[in-house]
Amino acid sequence: MIEVVNLHKSFGDNEVLKGINLTINEGDKVVVIGPSGSGKSTFLRCLNCLEDASAGQVIYHGVDITDMKVDINVHRQKMGMVFQHFNLFNNKTVIENIMLSPILVAKKANKNLKSEQKKSNKQIKAETKENAIKLLKRIGLEEKADAYPSQLSGGQKQRVAIVRALAMNPDVMLFDEPTSALDPEMVGEVLEVMKELARDGMTMVVVTHEMGFAREVGDRVIFMDEGKIIEENIPDEIFNHPKNERLRDFLSKVL
Amino acid sequence: MGNFGIKVQRFIDVFIGAGGYNKVLEGLGNTIMIAVIGLIIGVVIGTLIATVRVLPKYKRLPRILNGICSFYVGLFRGTPVVVQLLVFYYVLLPLIGVKMTAVSVSVCVFGLNSAAYVSEIMRSGIQSVDPGQMEGGRAVGMSYANTMIKIIIPQAVKNILPTLGNEFIALIKETSVVSFVGATDLYVAFNYIGSNSYEFMVPYLVMAIIYIVLVLIISMLIKIMERGLKKSDRSR
Repeated sequence: MIEVVNLHKSFGDNEVLKGINLTINEGDKVVVIGPSGSGKSTFLRCLNCLEDASAGQVIYHGVDITDMKVDINVHRQKMGMVFQHFNLFNNKTVIENIMLSPILVAKKANKNLKSEQKKSNKQIKAETKENAIKLLKRIGLEEKADAYPSQLSGGQKQRVAIVRALAMNPDVMLFDEPTSALDPEMVGEVLEVMKELARDGMTMVVVTHEMGFAREVGDRVIFMDEGKIIEENIPDEIFNHPKNERLRDFLSKVL
Repeated sequence: MGNFGIKVQRFIDVFIGAGGYNKVLEGLGNTIMIAVIGLIIGVVIGTLIATVRVLPKYKRLPRILNGICSFYVGLFRGTPVVVQLLVFYYVLLPLIGVKMTAVSVSVCVFGLNSAAYVSEIMRSGIQSVDPGQMEGGRAVGMSYANTMIKIIIPQAVKNILPTLGNEFIALIKETSVVSFVGATDLYVAFNYIGSNSYEFMVPYLVMAIIYIVLVLIISMLIKIMERGLKKSDRSR
């Protein structure tokens, strides 16, 4: 589904990614771990081109999306992303946050339909809202639909951010340290939603410091350091039989 | 101070008797008009400039436009408004052979001048919105323009509006230089009363009071507006 070929990224003279190669297949749950500054967040942000790669390719459904001529917005609509700091729209209510982009997409699709198949804007809105409420029920926050992000706890914000991404029916979900900015007692509720997603078969790429999650949910764990993939294996091998010296060192500090 | 009563009497004679109030009303009208229309022109052009300046600069066209805009801002912020007024009225207009009234020229110059300041107010207002908001919008597949219009600008307006009020106050005060090109503003009106009554103390005192009252009224309006904006923050 996603193929990363020799991906490089530099900020000025600072080379953050030094040639990453990785294939992500449908249904994969890839967990990326590594010390801070290892380039794992940058790597994730390159996958949906929030950072432009300096060299190399990201091939998504057969299209190289690092190509500037590609309409990146169309591809991003099918790649959900969840941020460390939630990035919910502060000027919109919870339900508006979830509905905003799906409505824009539906309206655009509507324009290309034949006139007898066209839906009214009202109809589009109603359908989008129905779906949004269904998603909110799934995370048990339907009573917060009309609240603003500033009225939610961190855990609630992150759950809303996850369903905002899900509302686009993405083929893959990217998680950029989704629990790092949360109070400890809220980490569990967010991880629970992510585990449920994994059980439903969603393709996921997760950058995290939650080793328990990596072990339980990941079917592949990638250890990155200094802009390179150092070790890649199933969780059991990574955590119980680490081969690389730096990985052993890292695990001894975090476990 | 003993003859202060006489001075007031002379002022009233000219102000009411000799029709000085007409001149003052004209001056007050011009002062407010130059500031209001100037601010409107400033907001329109300033918005365009700010848009260009916050645009991502990967491609050549935005870079060129950005260069032009930053030159414009530098030019208008780097010279006194009196100089701009004089150059416009006595240099540029005769050169291109266009005739305009002093008031229209003043409106234009103050509009162009405040555009430079307004564009900076807007730019910093937009840039003070958390960059995560833009990323959030782009990550769900919204275009740069859509994210800007639906997410960033509504939040930026909250930062911009109060500062824009201050710019309006600055404009009201700065308009007192339009007499340099012969436009009748508050200063010219009270100068006229002074010349006709051979007495300048009271006219200039009243002029100062009018400016202060004008500014106080606007400050009050800004405060009310700010409170309104904060209220919507709290209710969240």
